[in-house]
Amino acid sequence: MTESVEYQLAPEVLSLSNRRSYIELNARARATQLLDPGTFHELLDPFDRVESPWLPLQGIVPQSDDGCVVAKGRIDGKPAVVIAMEGKFQGGSIGEVCGMKMAMAFALARQDNEKGIPTRAVLSLESGGVRLQEANIGELVIAEIYAELVALRRHIPVIVVIAGSTGCFGGMSLAAGLASYVVMTRQARLSMNGPEVIELEAGVEELDASNKPFIWGYCGGAQRFAAGAADVLVEDDAEEITNAVKALFRQGQPAQLRSDKYDQYIAFLSALDTSRQWTAEEICKAWKEGAK
Amino acid sequence: MSAIVTSRGRKWFEALSGSDGKHAPGPGSLLIADGVLGKEKVAYIALAPDPLSRFPRARAAEVGVEEGWYGTKALHQVIEADRNGVKRPIITVVDSKNQAYGRREEMVGIHLAGAAIIAAYAEARMAGHPVIALIVGRAVSGSFLALCGQANEMIAFDDPEVLIHAMYKDAAARITRRTVEELDKLSEKIVPMAYDIKSFNKLGGLFRLVDVAAPDAPSEATAAQVKAVLERIPNVKARLAGAAGVGEGSRSYVGQ
Repeated sequence: MTESVEYQLAPEVLSLSNRRSYIELNARARATQLLDPGTFHELLDPFDRVESPWLPLQGIVPQSDDGCVVAKGRIDGKPAVVIAMEGKFQGGSIGEVCGMKMAMAFALARQDNEKGIPTRAVLSLESGGVRLQEANIGELVIAEIYAELVALRRHIPVIVVIAGSTGCFGGMSLAAGLASYVVMTRQARLSMNGPEVIELEAGVEELDASNKPFIWGYCGGAQRFAAGAADVLVEDDAEEITNAVKALFRQGQPAQLRSDKYDQYIAFLSALDTSRQWTAEEICKAWKEGAK
Repeated sequence: MSAIVTSRGRKWFEALSGSDGKHAPGPGSLLIADGVLGKEKVAYIALAPDPLSRFPRARAAEVGVEEGWYGTKALHQVIEADRNGVKRPIITVVDSKNQAYGRREEMVGIHLAGAAIIAAYAEARMAGHPVIALIVGRAVSGSFLALCGQANEMIAFDDPEVLIHAMYKDAAARITRRTVEELDKLSEKIVPMAYDIKSFNKLGGLFRLVDVAAPDAPSEATAAQVKAVLERIPNVKARLAGAAGVGEGSRSYVGQ
């Protein structure tokens, strides 16, 4: 005979089971999530059939949104545009179409702001960098994205969300560097050169790309947050991420843009002993000491 | 101690600016000097190899963390100095291998250093400085984005050594799982993948190509030729003629 046992779940376990993952959402669902309920309106949606003209020439099936969803709507009741990249299409690579969608979305938001409509922008990034099948046009378009991002952030904060699991590399890591604020999960990675590329270029003694704990240790969300490269560290919880974005917009413009902190970064770099490699902990410590 | 390694970028920087570009306390790879174009002051910037760099992965004219952050500071100093006056043209002489690929660089966030110099060029352009990229050698990947991408105009030498691309051919072949021969064949029909400067020009990214004799050895004549090309760029020309400015530095085809 067995006795029935009533299980008491601890509150943190309960909250975990009620959590809705953001990482598991596709780009369109992410944009819907970040916008106020019922306000999602996609621009250049898949039925407009604006696809990469370059991929079919190389025997690669294009996607009707080119891996980038642009949606107008509202955040916290205020006009907003969300640009969400789909990491599962061509590794979240930037080609001509998805890159121009992004740049134009920033341009339209800037024009709104110039007319007195305070359209805010969120960029949800999953990107391996430029799309090598569209190489040089991808580079030109990435330059346009930067130009428009820098012009827009003068008016209103531009928030980058990096959740994973693709992470944010190459050209889009620089877009994150240009953002007014960066929100990351622990699962997310943010780095200019991917670990495989560094191993390839500099050798395994420089960086072992198969050492996953080490990789997340230097470019994962927790480390980037601790060392000043991200503003908010969140759990992989769609609601928590949405609330973090809202809270940052309420905060308004940052006191100083990260890309304007040249004196602080020069002091930080000058204090480091570059004759040897460092641990992630040493970098955090050096950054915190410099911030004092 | 001196260890000057010459490069096309360094030679053209020196030929155009008349200076060795040394400035304390930045890294030896970052060359900065004022020069004269027409009768007006212009700022010249370039990257050159520095075998003594503190960062061992940034010794061959790569855009590294020091190059990015010190370059950013230098650009902000130019913007600040000209805040209430004539906005001097900023001419970047580009011959930079790529961004620095290294563990130290990623640890300290090279993406931030790259973003910062991009933002500084963009801010200079929006403040009304004519921003020009003169590509005399390599502008690959992060070098292109950091040094050229925010220019009002890009000018490149019409020369086989000039290379603008997302990635060097052997690495691109490995990553896209193709052979170099396959890549070459694809570039014949897919212009954005091609490695020659004439194909890049077809994409519409360049103001113009310049045919310079002996580009590895600038002479007085070729330096004068290049200066004459720079002087004829419309917004530079307007600035040299004493025009106060052309308003917010507009560029490209986005949002106009």
